[in-house]
Amino acid sequence: MIFSSPETIEEAAALLAADAEARPLAGGTDLLVRLRARQIAPSAIVDLKRIPELREITEESGGWRIGAAVPSAQMNEHAALKSAWPGVCEGADLIGSTQIQGRCTVAGNLCNAGPAADSVPCLVAAGAVARIAGPTGTRDLPVEDIPTGPGKTALKPGEFVASILLPAPAARQGSAYLRFTPRTEMDIAVAGVGIALSLDGAGKIETARIALGAVGPKVIVADEAAQTLIGTTGDDAALDALSQDASAAATPISDKRGTAEFRREVIGVLAKRAAKIALTRAKGDTA
Amino acid sequence: MSRIHVTTTINGEETDFLCEPQQTLLDVLRDDLDMTGSKEGCGSGDCGACSVILDGRLVCSCLVLAPEAEGRSVETIEGMAEGDKLHPLQQKFLEMAALQCGVCTPGILVAAKNLLERNPDPTEEEVRYWLAGNLCRCTGYDKIIRAVMETAADLRGAA
Ligand SMILES: Cc1cc2nc3c(=O)[nH]c(=O)nc-3n(C[C@H](O)[C@H](O)[C@H](O)COP(=O)(O)OP(=O)(O)OC[C@H]3O[C@@H](n4cnc5c(N)ncnc54)[C@H](O)[C@@H]3O)c2cc1C
Repeated sequence: MIFSSPETIEEAAALLAADAEARPLAGGTDLLVRLRARQIAPSAIVDLKRIPELREITEESGGWRIGAAVPSAQMNEHAALKSAWPGVCEGADLIGSTQIQGRCTVAGNLCNAGPAADSVPCLVAAGAVARIAGPTGTRDLPVEDIPTGPGKTALKPGEFVASILLPAPAARQGSAYLRFTPRTEMDIAVAGVGIALSLDGAGKIETARIALGAVGPKVIVADEAAQTLIGTTGDDAALDALSQDASAAATPISDKRGTAEFRREVIGVLAKRAAKIALTRAKGDTA
Repeated sequence: MSRIHVTTTINGEETDFLCEPQQTLLDVLRDDLDMTGSKEGCGSGDCGACSVILDGRLVCSCLVLAPEAEGRSVETIEGMAEGDKLHPLQQKFLEMAALQCGVCTPGILVAAKNLLERNPDPTEEEVRYWLAGNLCRCTGYDKIIRAVMETAADLRGAA
């Protein structure tokens, strides 16, 4: 195995393009576990952490660009990012322990393509866009199009995610991520919901996006569920309809962490609770 | 396969080592540098017994490749006491019997030290969450949490 630590995006793309068995390394909290368990045997590892711009969170058109080497601890230390996109930051904050958060990245969480990845639903709800670097330059892709199934992504040979752009938050916006796990820490989501919504001047929900995690082979964009909220004040009837639509949009499997029936039920409950938190935040109250 | 030459700072001292690309920082610390205070519990980032501080951040050294340490700063349990003088956390852990078998202790001490450097006045909940990635199979955690809280209070009083 060859280890390299390029200092530019172009160099990293060239190294990855030159060797189909090479793998990018961000925080290593998935990659090293698999390497050590001998589930993978890459011929080369390309560490992305020495590329200065990938280590930064930068403001862009009122939104925030998160470099692919930014650990989730750094996101949660960034007051402006947290206040713009609290739901995204709380998703990142649920990944593993303090030790894991000192290393793990949301780009790695996305590219690992695990169905239960905690940071992904709210990134999707936020309308985040991944900037992909490759041997022929860069392209942008909505984050929901990156994972294509468990462990699979839409990245082509030599491509990697260089950064993720969170758009400028709308006025009166709130976001939230909630997951269900048997334990409060160090557990994998049985179901998870990310939501971002905004209110108009009269207090009605103007925009809403909802994404469901761990209830399908990849993150599910629950557009119908989001539509039921639009034009309402987020009253009980609207939240009940949301709950039902979220359950209906889920396509879960049964496994050791929960049955399909349980997951479908829980995802509806989480959707409602996450929407309440996002509403509170959109109104400028603390939640 | 040629080995990689790494120059890094460990507990304030510049250190050189040669490693294989797939060796972890924990492997090198324990097997090549004779710093066996960091323990391998699970080898998969779940238990925290191998906790070290890498450029100011608490990490599991079992999930860091050794060549990643090039040019970085690593702090391990071996750097915690000053000669014979124990760090206040170490002293308090002994006084309050916040350990039994001791395998998790180095990782917990390193993690707790990093917490108190960032937050001198943590709540019990904050201590418990911060240490959620450090598993202890003996104590039931209570004495550990109390020892960290009391050390924090002592350090605040002394400051
Ligand atoms: C103890 C423990 C607890 C955990 N708990 C959780 C949890 O609660 N929730 C959760 O969602 N996950 C959890 N994880 C899994 C893991 O921490 C996350 O998926 C993390 O976000 C992965 O990010 P990373 O930067 O460490 O990725 P890496 O391990 O560096 O990479 C993961 C995969 O993505 C590829 N990759 C990395 N970066 C890029 C890039 N920029 N472009 C293209 N491909 C890339 C790598 O080649 C690799 O295949 C846990 C892991 C451990 C060890």
